[in-house]
Amino acid sequence: MTMTYKNILSAKEEVSAKSGINIGIVTLNRPTVLNALNHELMEELVTALEEFDRDDSVRAIVLTGSERAFAAGADIKEMSDETTVSIMLKDRFATWDRIKNIKKPIIAAISGYALGGGCELTMMCDIIIASESAQFGQPEINIGVIPGAGGTQRMTRVLGKYKAMELILTGRPLLAREAYELGLVNKVVPVELYLEEAKAMAKEIAGKSPIAVRLAKEAVLKSFDGPLNEGLQFERKNFYMLFSSEDQKEGMKAFLEKRKATFTGK
Amino acid sequence: MSDEKILLTEKKNGVGIITLNRPDKLNAFSDELTFQLQDALKEMEKDKDVRAIILTAAGRGFCAGQDLQSRSIAQEMGERPSLGDSIRRRYNPIVIKLRRIEKPIIAAVNGVAAGAGASIAFACDFRIVTDKVNFIQSFTKVGLIPDSGATFILTRLVGLTKAFELMLSADKLSAQEALELGIINKIVAEDDLMKEAMALAEKLAMGPTKAFGLTKRAVNRAVFDDLEEMLEYEASLQEIAGRSDDFAEGVAAFVAKRAPQYTGK
Repeated sequence: MTMTYKNILSAKEEVSAKSGINIGIVTLNRPTVLNALNHELMEELVTALEEFDRDDSVRAIVLTGSERAFAAGADIKEMSDETTVSIMLKDRFATWDRIKNIKKPIIAAISGYALGGGCELTMMCDIIIASESAQFGQPEINIGVIPGAGGTQRMTRVLGKYKAMELILTGRPLLAREAYELGLVNKVVPVELYLEEAKAMAKEIAGKSPIAVRLAKEAVLKSFDGPLNEGLQFERKNFYMLFSSEDQKEGMKAFLEKRKATFTGK
Repeated sequence: MSDEKILLTEKKNGVGIITLNRPDKLNAFSDELTFQLQDALKEMEKDKDVRAIILTAAGRGFCAGQDLQSRSIAQEMGERPSLGDSIRRRYNPIVIKLRRIEKPIIAAVNGVAAGAGASIAFACDFRIVTDKVNFIQSFTKVGLIPDSGATFILTRLVGLTKAFELMLSADKLSAQEALELGIINKIVAEDDLMKEAMALAEKLAMGPTKAFGLTKRAVNRAVFDDLEEMLEYEASLQEIAGRSDDFAEGVAAFVAKRAPQYTGK
């Protein structure tokens, strides 16, 4: 069963007829405000992502907005009257933090504005497909604040100190091409195709062993978190762990028999 | 100041027509005219009923380029001007739009096209001109560099050798020469210009606009992939030229209608 939401759309799409394997697609849908990320939208988004994460038929998730805007930022109206204490007590980033716990890969399909919170949400995804019209930036400095949902940390890890510093201190957006050259996006495609491209990527990943995909995502993310040695140990454990899965047996057997593997997720 | 509109737009049979309308100034670009042209292009881009665009001008000239007598240049001349900023705000957005609008754009060139006026015509997709037309890369006459894309658009249109010659000589290029160089599509009699331009535009407007637009996108990628970067670079170099003694002398000589005395500084 699929829930209905006010600020997003959530849908499943079959990878190929009768396979029973799906990708999940979440579309931010507040078009009149360029998908500004208010609290209600974020709650719905996280709920939808968690629902897909629990759904065994869903193997990868595409997160997208509209052609004109992925998300132009946080909902400023919602925040403008907050005080330090009131905004802290509301702890709205707790919702955002739950996205970190999604185990399935999230592929961002971005067109138009991905600014402020929109850029931070993009950077929480695992793979980023951009349309030629996409632009990424952290313009918070222009309204007297700073990124609050991970922008200063995630952007710096991706772009390095100097480029991140420039973008965060000037608020200037990166156009799609530049973002690609700097390694912030995986691929730039014509605007008519960005969503299809992201879905194709999701479907490709959906054909892999879900348990291997899950442990791979976990291991890659681990590299952001601690010293290299810890990450390497973590990777090693995940690698060993996969040898107790049926998918490892099937994958290696199929390879040796020169046929395509059929993964079950067990 | 007259009440006359300095830029006219109209829509007919799927064709959007933009007419520069400062005929007494040979349609030279004042600040206001560049901004109005930007707005008109944006509107035509959005308007789904417009599937081909004609850019033309009123009177005996197409466009004399920057209006060197306009107030802003005079003000900018007070302390050395920032031509780079002026180009970034005024001209580069026009060139980017002309290339990025995914509809065919025809320059119907009715008279002399000098400086940025020539550059803007070069940035369009088609150029139909009358037999009286001259193109002049007049920038270096006043100690500036060709801008609004001319340094690379003209170079890509005619090749390095001829382009560089045209830029440094600032000589008039006649319609016939322009045709031989492949800069223009067609020469027509003065009285037939709008008729011919409309005929082409109406034909294009009935075509597969999406395919035409995608073709333009591919051609842009092939030939102008570095459009924004090159325009920005031109603006930087024009900023440098704008601070030179030679530019100050060039404008002074132009206004006084005398020959400039350049020192190379």
